[in-house]
Amino acid sequence: MPHKVINDFSITIGTINGSGSQTANVTLLRALFKMGIPVSGKNLFPSNIQGLPTWYTIRVSKDGFIARRDEHEIVVAMNPNTFTHDLAEVLPGGAFFYADDIKLPIGRTDIAVYPMPVKTLARAADVTPNLRDYIANMVYVGVLAQILGIEPDKIEQALSFHFKGKEAPIRSNMSVIQAAFDWAAQNLTKADPYQVEPMDATAGYIMTDGNTAAALGSIYGGVQFAAWYPITPASSLAEALNVYLPKLRKTADGKQTYAVLQAEDELAAIGMAVGAGWAGLRAMTSTSGPGISLMTEYAGLAYFAEVPVVVWDVQRVGPSTGLPTRTAQGDLTQIYFLGHGDTNQVMLLPGTVQECFEFGWKAFDLAEHLQTPVFVLSDLDLGMNQWMSKPFEYPDTPMDRGKVLWEEDLEKLNGLWARYKDVDGDGISYRTLPGNRHPAAAYFTRGTGHDENARYSEEADNWEQNLLRLKKKYETARGLVPRPVLDAVEGAQIGIIAFGSSTPAVEEARVLLRQEGGPKSDFLRLRALPCTPEVRQFVESHERVYVVESNRDGQLHQILTVALPDQATKLRSACHTDGLPLTARWVKDAILAQEVK
Amino acid sequence: MMATPAPAQVNKVGLTKLDYKGAPSTLCQGCGHNSIASQIIAACYEMDVVPEKVMKFSGIGCSSKSPTYFLNRSFGFNSLHGRMAPLATGAVFADLSVRALGVSGDGDTASIGMGGFKHAMRRNVPMVYIVENNGVYGLTKGQFSATAEEGLQLKHQGVNQYMPVDICMEALAAQATFVARSFAGDPKQVKELIKIAFAHNGIAVLDIISPCVTFNNQENAFHSYAWGKDHEAPLHEIAFVPKLAEIQLEGEFEEGTVREVTMHDGSTVILKKLERDYDPTDRARAFQVLEEAQKNNWLVTGLIYINPQKPTLTDMHNLPETPLNRLTEADLRPRPETIAQINAMMF
Ligand SMILES: Cc1ncc(C[n+]2csc(CCOP(=O)(O)OP(=O)(O)O)c2C)c(N)n1
Ligand code: SF4
Ligand SMILES: [Mg+2]
Repeated sequence: MPHKVINDFSITIGTINGSGSQTANVTLLRALFKMGIPVSGKNLFPSNIQGLPTWYTIRVSKDGFIARRDEHEIVVAMNPNTFTHDLAEVLPGGAFFYADDIKLPIGRTDIAVYPMPVKTLARAADVTPNLRDYIANMVYVGVLAQILGIEPDKIEQALSFHFKGKEAPIRSNMSVIQAAFDWAAQNLTKADPYQVEPMDATAGYIMTDGNTAAALGSIYGGVQFAAWYPITPASSLAEALNVYLPKLRKTADGKQTYAVLQAEDELAAIGMAVGAGWAGLRAMTSTSGPGISLMTEYAGLAYFAEVPVVVWDVQRVGPSTGLPTRTAQGDLTQIYFLGHGDTNQVMLLPGTVQECFEFGWKAFDLAEHLQTPVFVLSDLDLGMNQWMSKPFEYPDTPMDRGKVLWEEDLEKLNGLWARYKDVDGDGISYRTLPGNRHPAAAYFTRGTGHDENARYSEEADNWEQNLLRLKKKYETARGLVPRPVLDAVEGAQIGIIAFGSSTPAVEEARVLLRQEGGPKSDFLRLRALPCTPEVRQFVESHERVYVVESNRDGQLHQILTVALPDQATKLRSACHTDGLPLTARWVKDAILAQEVK
Repeated sequence: MMATPAPAQVNKVGLTKLDYKGAPSTLCQGCGHNSIASQIIAACYEMDVVPEKVMKFSGIGCSSKSPTYFLNRSFGFNSLHGRMAPLATGAVFADLSVRALGVSGDGDTASIGMGGFKHAMRRNVPMVYIVENNGVYGLTKGQFSATAEEGLQLKHQGVNQYMPVDICMEALAAQATFVARSFAGDPKQVKELIKIAFAHNGIAVLDIISPCVTFNNQENAFHSYAWGKDHEAPLHEIAFVPKLAEIQLEGEFEEGTVREVTMHDGSTVILKKLERDYDPTDRARAFQVLEEAQKNNWLVTGLIYINPQKPTLTDMHNLPETPLNRLTEADLRPRPETIAQINAMMF
């Protein structure tokens, strides 16, 4: 063997949806993570329950890069329908593993080829016949482990986690893995350069997905009411609430300090959340693009009637039903103005799993402080894939319940208060909550024109003053939302702005740019809209700023162009969407292409 | 010298009827919705309801405006067209001691809001759900609603070709635990039914035929006051309201009898009041009564169905004694030591 490539390659596994391969894939990912090697996993799955092709890519990167790559050094072919395609994907010098019951021509001599007796080994396994297909996937786990050097005890840890410590499934899966491992040791000769070796680069990290993190963050934010309607890729967020709320949020006498409702549709899901938020509960809903479309009218009402509510949009590819199981950052402009008439919404843009947790609780503080909807935009990549992440951090600020007047407050005010009066000059007025027994507590909430006392009004002046106050409130929001994260280097020639799950690709692209003699770059990772002053400063201090994002039209670029009209000519859009997370190579090429212009 | 006014009469919670009033109505004079608002006021006063212990909800429509016209001292939320049910569903969790009272229209409930309506039934949301049913879209000026009867002719709409939705039937089919129908012109029954509805622990649907004096006033209209007159028969039915005055039934409307009522435009409605010995706990019988009424072209009024046994939506959630909206950070944020456990639960 000419050379070794250690901890720096991608493995892509082609299987059939519904065949149970996810357990095998995640087991590999987790075992590598437990070996201390930085890893990322991307699940490329179809919108179907069973039968269509699905691919899973694991990237190991000694340098800690976790963006998607579209080069495949190692390919595992378990699906006869994609066998030929998968074979063609292997990089020259790479390795091709395949189930040996697939009798199709191979004809490549520039790669190492490893047949695997999947059926034979599965048949020999000590499981009921109906589990044989499922367990067959463990054959490639064992063979890869042997050829690449993945430690079996780490695989066992991963399985134990997956099966929540249940002995029987751990044992049966491990026995197949061991059999495959032994078979490979006796029958295969290593003919490729790729190998893993233990490192110490994942100590102190956890591995989880953004939706779980979002649910947990919401729980630490004190969520009291959640309503949702199933939709990929958001469902697992609400499902995680159902898993963790009972563990974390029962009173000493076993009562629930929360309620989760599966609504009849998204019209109702947000309606319920708005009702609960209006009545003083920390209320949320979680959905994806099509659900956001249905939630639009209520989002406008909540903005106008000033009701706190948190809406998670785990974005997928639109327009329309689009590619429901693929990722994009395409709901930005829709949500920025969500609602008819003059509407501005507050948006948080988590860029990591840890931030999904953090924004999970912060969103409630912002929503209640500002008495307005707060949208948190995650996406399928961030929400559903497994990511290595810094551990969740306990909230570092106390809950902010905003300006709420209870009985004793009204007593002090002699009952004199006005629901929509800007007492403090920040555009945020005081509210009361149902159940308040003070005779002056009640007010009437409406989506129609109203005066400071919440009385119905068609007065031109009342209307305009109220809308101007809402605008002032939005300015207050600008001062409160999470600031961007800036990574500046000496002598940067360009600036890059990106957000959310595009971050890893941008971070790696900055290194690639340097390796290829491209410009040095500063990076501003945007974490919220409206833009805070740092965004203007960043653009002002660079000659050219690339706005990198995963959508067709450069939606953030559009928003920044309007937000910073005098700087607009400096902003360059680098946008792309095909349903897959951006790669560093694409980002680098997109920037270089415009640099030579 | 000024005369000392006679002390106003107060109820058991020390309030006068004025304390239950709302803003002056901006609905048309003679609109059935106004009669219903008056009966909500009367019922709440007589039941010694503490207004602060009520929250009012509505969708959009003339009917949905009416929560402004009663119970000024109660919280209220006039929401979106067809979306009252989910709003109330979320709000009822905040403080279980506060009663929810919703007012919707036939368009608001049986057209755009049908989904939410039916799901509020099956969840047994603890609320009084009043439909002010006039068979038209009042606020948008007289289009057919889904409860308009087949063959109804309206000025700019032509002839309705579709079968009407029977709100009580829909409620019953969706597992409502309280279904009643009344007629805005029968204030005594409206008030009594509101009282029973308030006492019911669960969803209480009150379909109140409430004539629109301005748009649904054809001679032959089911929801018109005139229709009743031509359709006297032995069930508890609805009447029409003459323009500029709310239609009121004269004298006692006895159980088991039929009344024909003249509407504002001279058309009539036939009301059949349920028999005194009618058993409202029998769901199959309730369906039967509604079916018979449909066949006979009358509207049966009274308490059609009640099942007080079913747990309500909030009963199912094992909530603490303290209202959820009074819980504080100490109750809502898991303790700091749990974060390490949670991190350990991740891989
Ligand atoms: C989403 C939406 N579509 C349409 C309307 C217009 N609209 C307002 S009220 C109404 C119908 C109201 O009818 P109903 O609920 O029967 O109330 P009524 O006025 O008859 O009491 C309509 C269609 C609206 N407000 N919102
Ligand atoms: S239009 Fe009809 S429903 Fe509306 S207020 Fe007038 S009478 Fe009542
Ligand atoms: Mg109507």
